[in-house]
Amino acid sequence: MLTLEPHRAGPVKQLFTPVWAILATMLAGGLLFLLLGKNPVEAIRIIFVDPLFDPFSRSELFIKAAPLAIIATGLSFGFRAGVWNIGAEGQFILGAICGGAVGLAFYGVEGVYVLPLMALAGMAGGFAWAMIPALLRTRFNANEILVSLMLVYVATLLLSALVSGPLRDPDGFNFPESRQFHDSATLPILIERTRIHIGIPIAFLISVGAWLILQRHVFGFHIKLMGAAPRAAHFAGVSTNRMVVLCLGISGALAGLAGVFEAAGPVGQLVPSLPTGYGFTAIIVAFLGRLQPLGILFASFVLALTIIGGETAQFSLQIPAAAISVFQGMLLFFLLAFDIFTRFRIRRGVAGVA
Amino acid sequence: MISRRSLIAAAALTLGLAAPALSDGHEPVKVGFIYVGPIGDFGWSYEHDQGRLAIEEHFGDKVETTYLESVPEGPDAERAIRQMAQSGHDLIFTTSFGYMNPTLKVAEQFPNVKFEHATGFKRADNLSTYSGRFYEGRTVLGHIAGHMTETNTIGYIASFPIPEVVRGINSAYLAAKEVNPDVEFKIVWVSTWFDPGKEADAANALIEQGADVIMQHTDSPAAMTIAEEKGIYAFGQASDMKQFGPNARLSSIIDNWAPYYIARTQAVIDGTWESMDTWDGIAPGMTEIGEFSDKIPAEVRASAQEIADKIAAGEMHSFTGPINKQDGSAWLADGETADDGTLLGMNFYVEGITGDLPQ
Repeated sequence: MLTLEPHRAGPVKQLFTPVWAILATMLAGGLLFLLLGKNPVEAIRIIFVDPLFDPFSRSELFIKAAPLAIIATGLSFGFRAGVWNIGAEGQFILGAICGGAVGLAFYGVEGVYVLPLMALAGMAGGFAWAMIPALLRTRFNANEILVSLMLVYVATLLLSALVSGPLRDPDGFNFPESRQFHDSATLPILIERTRIHIGIPIAFLISVGAWLILQRHVFGFHIKLMGAAPRAAHFAGVSTNRMVVLCLGISGALAGLAGVFEAAGPVGQLVPSLPTGYGFTAIIVAFLGRLQPLGILFASFVLALTIIGGETAQFSLQIPAAAISVFQGMLLFFLLAFDIFTRFRIRRGVAGVA
Repeated sequence: MISRRSLIAAAALTLGLAAPALSDGHEPVKVGFIYVGPIGDFGWSYEHDQGRLAIEEHFGDKVETTYLESVPEGPDAERAIRQMAQSGHDLIFTTSFGYMNPTLKVAEQFPNVKFEHATGFKRADNLSTYSGRFYEGRTVLGHIAGHMTETNTIGYIASFPIPEVVRGINSAYLAAKEVNPDVEFKIVWVSTWFDPGKEADAANALIEQGADVIMQHTDSPAAMTIAEEKGIYAFGQASDMKQFGPNARLSSIIDNWAPYYIARTQAVIDGTWESMDTWDGIAPGMTEIGEFSDKIPAEVRASAQEIADKIAAGEMHSFTGPINKQDGSAWLADGETADDGTLLGMNFYVEGITGDLPQ
């Protein structure tokens, strides 16, 4: 019988578990590709290295990493304080819906104010969607993990219903999608011939802002305190309810912002297939980044790398799409496994026997 | 131009690919495919991949093909298409309606690459569209279904209320009604092209409502599997699907893209490729009717074959008046046939179909 025993790991060791997890994923993934009859070294090179040296793939890394970083940064506040928002995907969708609806309402109206209005509407939408689990938790002590997760499915259906109904393109042959946003409602492209849009520098600013709040602001201190010692936080006068509302609100608003950026950026319209799982992948990103703003930036690039490189591997080596998904799943698996090994020690024998 | 060329070459080299096809036409021409489902869906994407394999077989070393499967019709589609355009492909087929806007965007930025988008309506100088007149096949299947149903209830699993799907429902219904005036269609909208779970749920729901023949406009053989279990009938969609329902399968509509794909690849090799719109039916073989099952009485097999032959010969049209719309208003006068424009924008049921078309 094996048992786990808590074990104190140094901060350096904890910081390096993601690196071990990535290496283990490369090894196990390489084995998987070998079993599929592909050259594992070439496959790993295509996934992790090649996108960095191809100008277009490099630009796409930013497109993929930006929403992940924005959402994960928002989530990290709550995760540090022990507030578990699992429904960022739903807040992302509501952000896209609200921001997109504003863009469509101003259809044909040219003006620099349209995009900021859309961004505000998107943040408000994500914020409002996150307030549902926040209120249910503070008023009725309902579990925010379940409520926020369930609301993802509601949001997905809401998006489908809206693009099949009120927001549908009148000239789109009945297909469930909105009009394409006009120029003033589309994020400006910063670099010609790529899809690099203004949301990407904003993601960096958000990351810096989050770092400042965590390091320099009393709110950041309260968050860390509540996560590390909830009772001490209580005695220090930190209101749990207020923290729940703030954490869910921040993560909801940021997920909503990522949603508008996705709709008004790479996609350019509202479609039922808009959500591609950023809200869930961001949870992996947040933990892979050790809940640190800069770590999250790094982690969002690693995840983006596996997505972009995975696509290239698919068509240049004809590795099946499902194998790439397994490969990405391995990353979280190994991260959690290595976390266990750094925080706990494995002991032989039955627990509790003296 | 020089920088473009070297960029592509650099990209191809880093990806470890063969040298890209050059304009002199002597290098292997590269043809790429983007699929919405996995190639193992045994329906829509599977048949497109059969077309790709046919290109490889036909041209041998002269052509190299690649594909990306399970590409969602969302923000990732544009990148997938661009990645192909960028890595030295000469001709790219994007095979789902939802790729229309992304394909157009990429086509604008890669004027030297030829694009072909299936089932869409937006074209450009380097972007063609193509589709099959699947509704012709549905006239044949509807005829068989009308004969075979004993409960007079035919279940129909529909994806999205776009003209292509509505056309299929209408043509199948008209043909079934022709031979069985009491026939009724039960339609379930699943809002997806490929989701075996949802398709199976829809099939079960339709069977519970009394359907003993199932038709579908979705991509997986899930409904065929259910039909086989429950001992009722169904038709293969996009692909033959016989292996999923040896007893249940009556016939099928097979999308045969191979001749078109080979012809378009040849056009690129010859330098004669031009942007165009293709909408081919039974006659050129793009819409193929699968073998008729022995379960169908001989005289019905004969009459179904006759319909297919007449449509192919241009002696019969799936939509020949008198036909009223669902609300009772007149659409086609006696002997009048529908024009392509109306068919391409069809957004109404014909008279006799119950239920509302989701609008």
